[in-house]
Amino acid sequence: MQTNTYLSDAAQSSKATLLVAAGDRQELRDGAQNSKSWIAVWQLALTAAALLAVDPTRLCGVVIRSRIGPARDAWLREFLQMLPAGAVVKRIPSNIADGRLLGGLDLASTLATGRPVAERGVLAECDGGVAIFPMAERMSSYMAAKLASVIDSGMVVVERDGFQLRHETAFATVLLDEGIEDDESASVALADRLAFQVDLSDFPARMLREEKDGGNAGELAKAFAVSLDDVIAARAGIREVKVSDEVIEALTATAYALGVGGMRAPNLAINAARAIAALNGRAVVSSDDVQLAGRLILAPRATRLPQSPPPEDGAPREPQPEQEQAQQQVQTPAENQAPPEPDEDATNVDQPLEDLVLAATAAAIPEKLLLKLMMQGSASRRVGKSSGSSGQMRNGSRRGRAAGSVRGDIRSGARINILATLRAAAPWQRLRAQSAAGGLARVGRLHIRKEDFRVNRYQQRAETTTLFVVDASGSSALNRLAEAKGAVELLLADCYIRRDRVGVIAFRGRAAEVLLPATRSLVRAKRSLAGLPGGGGTPLADGIDAAREMAEALSRRGDTVVVVMLTDGKANVARNGVGGNRPLAEADALSAAKSLRQINGLRILFVDTSPTANPRAEMLADAMGATYLPLPHVGARTLMNAVQVAGSMSRAAAK
Amino acid sequence: MSQPFPFSAIVGQEEMKRAMIIAAIDPSVGGVLILGDRGTGKSTAVRSLAALLPKIRVVAGSRYNASPDAPAIAGDEVAAKAKTIMVTVPVVDLPLGATEDRVVGALDLERALARGEKAFEPGLLARANRGFLYIDEVNLLEDHLVDLLIDVAASGENVVEREGLSIRHPSRFVLIGSGNPEEGELRPQLLDRFGLSVEVRTPSLLEERIEVVRRRDQFENDSAAFTAKWKSAQDKTRRHIVRARERLQTVQVTDAALRRSASLCMKLGTDGLRGELTLIRAARALAAYAGADSVGDEHLQPLAASVLRHRLRRDPLDDSGSTARVQRAVDEIFAAV
Repeated sequence: MQTNTYLSDAAQSSKATLLVAAGDRQELRDGAQNSKSWIAVWQLALTAAALLAVDPTRLCGVVIRSRIGPARDAWLREFLQMLPAGAVVKRIPSNIADGRLLGGLDLASTLATGRPVAERGVLAECDGGVAIFPMAERMSSYMAAKLASVIDSGMVVVERDGFQLRHETAFATVLLDEGIEDDESASVALADRLAFQVDLSDFPARMLREEKDGGNAGELAKAFAVSLDDVIAARAGIREVKVSDEVIEALTATAYALGVGGMRAPNLAINAARAIAALNGRAVVSSDDVQLAGRLILAPRATRLPQSPPPEDGAPREPQPEQEQAQQQVQTPAENQAPPEPDEDATNVDQPLEDLVLAATAAAIPEKLLLKLMMQGSASRRVGKSSGSSGQMRNGSRRGRAAGSVRGDIRSGARINILATLRAAAPWQRLRAQSAAGGLARVGRLHIRKEDFRVNRYQQRAETTTLFVVDASGSSALNRLAEAKGAVELLLADCYIRRDRVGVIAFRGRAAEVLLPATRSLVRAKRSLAGLPGGGGTPLADGIDAAREMAEALSRRGDTVVVVMLTDGKANVARNGVGGNRPLAEADALSAAKSLRQINGLRILFVDTSPTANPRAEMLADAMGATYLPLPHVGARTLMNAVQVAGSMSRAAAK
Repeated sequence: MSQPFPFSAIVGQEEMKRAMIIAAIDPSVGGVLILGDRGTGKSTAVRSLAALLPKIRVVAGSRYNASPDAPAIAGDEVAAKAKTIMVTVPVVDLPLGATEDRVVGALDLERALARGEKAFEPGLLARANRGFLYIDEVNLLEDHLVDLLIDVAASGENVVEREGLSIRHPSRFVLIGSGNPEEGELRPQLLDRFGLSVEVRTPSLLEERIEVVRRRDQFENDSAAFTAKWKSAQDKTRRHIVRARERLQTVQVTDAALRRSASLCMKLGTDGLRGELTLIRAARALAAYAGADSVGDEHLQPLAASVLRHRLRRDPLDDSGSTARVQRAVDEIFAAV
């Protein structure tokens, strides 16, 4: 049977290429990736497609990270070809209305028949098929949560428009994540539920072209051969596949060693192993199946590299996000190839299967993720990408992006939502027509009453305020001051386009001073900056405290706040305003930094202005959860660019 | 729909399970908020409650789960109270995307159109009466629904004034909310409504994790056999809860216990008296569950974090989390015997 050999072949050849990938990362970074390793990537991507076709309900789905292009289209085409005939396939836009997604009132039929008619939502219609979500990176966390609850319960529960509906539904979810930047990606909560994450974003188009056009299409087609018949046979056989305890332990331990968060991934991996075994016509999950499952499911979810074991011996883990743990492990790529050291007492890693799975999985950690895991140490970040999303949006009735409608009074100046109003009025038409004017109702006339009115709700993107905290003390800051002034002026000019605001706090001598409350006024900003004197001690703690107060006030207003600290971190004036006691001043600064960290949704950029990077400054940056930028010779223009990056990151986080 | 995962088969997560059992013993504790990492079994635990708890007696046909002992509800068209039936405790899901009319109830359109009658179609708040109302991703719930829930949870009564209807009916429920704090913060007003707040994390021990995965896998493959295997453990927990409810009023609250909880709340500077009250109530329920005659330190201590961590004011000079702050205060107060 063809498939019997296929998967192990794929495992063999892709293992070989992954070793190549692991061994010569320099080559990869230069972009000289050979077609052989792309074929391996393609094999893995299509393996995910085949497994999803075999067991869509338990593997739940896949996130395809790729921009619109031939690779994504080819993958989708291959995937859909592996589905049994008659499977429903629907593309669902990420701005779909609740009523259409989940089900609710069918406006047209209700108007036509004069009694409330329910319609099934798209998710219920997808039962047994595939739901494809293009532009998944734009999906709101609200919609992601609804989708997640349908996936979890296998049922669409509707409590809308006077209906109470239950529809059982099970479908494969395909999220087409078209994000480019790192902070732009499909919902983490949703991705956690879907078995596969396939990254085709760098997949070269030439691979898909015919040989005569200089491509590798033929080779690519040969590399993978699972047919619809194989899938149907596997679907029949999967219920019989046995999974041993050893397999469960190996996959769970591997997930643990790689810092995979949550408890869903191991179960998804077990189900994937089952599907692999079924596709290979086996009744018992083999070692190869488990390794492939580890590579497919666990490798893309890794948050740390396996060499450094987590705190063990049952000591409770510090309550910190996985990200921060991963950040402690900075290592060179060369170290990765060594098989991971077993840590004796925490795990019973003497079992060979576990070693095999961990090694196979760790070797399959995607190149980009590997680099990210290694880089995480340099920029400490305390907030996850989705933090504070609801706090940074303001709801209103006049401005912003439309976000649904509510019952309301149109006299209050809110904008009426005609369609929603019609929906509310529709079921009543016959009744109202009968009662209106004692039966003199004219046909074709709509009866709309006050309680039908629906008004738009809007969500307003929070304003961004950039707060500069400038060290104007005598020491090193004097020459920095000119650059800070320059950067603020440049930013202000930029603000006229983006409508952002800028504030400036300076500290020198004994205390900090708010030089410029948050403003958009170019004239005022220039004037106050021109008058900024330099010299004196460094009351760093006071400066940070002042920044905290202002940032807190601003974020309470609903602003997105970016704080830019420009200092060398050499505090010598304590909170009480007395200079000379350096240890006390430093301790005060550290405690102020820690309290700054407590404000939610704040992004901080710590620019170290010392001539050489100062470990004390880095410690402070770390304490306040800032991105640390040692920029001894930064100019105003570079500084502005750095601030803009930080700002756009926090806007993305607030999305 | 498939059966829920058995409550007793949930590995670890002791704080969460304890909080739910306490809320089941004494609903006046005021709801449970579960915050935590993704994929730690938050919803699994809530959905397993209905199968765990003892059934309740309701008037047959009542749309409000009316108790036979309670006064009749106007508009609940049940002719005679003679017939009562036993039903499982309602655990009602409030799905995201629910509209207001389905939550509070609205005019029954079918009847209005077909027979011209003005009849009330009860909503989720009616169905949750005497049971649990569960909101997954509570931090993503729309503001106007949150306001409405706060109001009803406080008064125990749902007042409907819409479409020419004027209805009020009892709606006493234990509010259970779950969410991932990374997805957004909860408004302080709603936060305060929850009596207990628990944090769940992914288990830190490998052995525990393997057990979680193994049980989940067994359950997914043969839920009937798995449920049968855990039946006796479920029954045992249920008996404990029933006994605790019966004993609840006889458990003594000593002056010493009152003083302990008061000094703990003062130490932490919580606003108002709700914290102390809830701590005493919860500790009493725990004592009843444990079979003790009076509330002691061993009942107050394990609950302090659940009751108080979401009531602290943020202290800008203290960077440790609220759980650590409560723990510190507990260590201090309870060490000073």
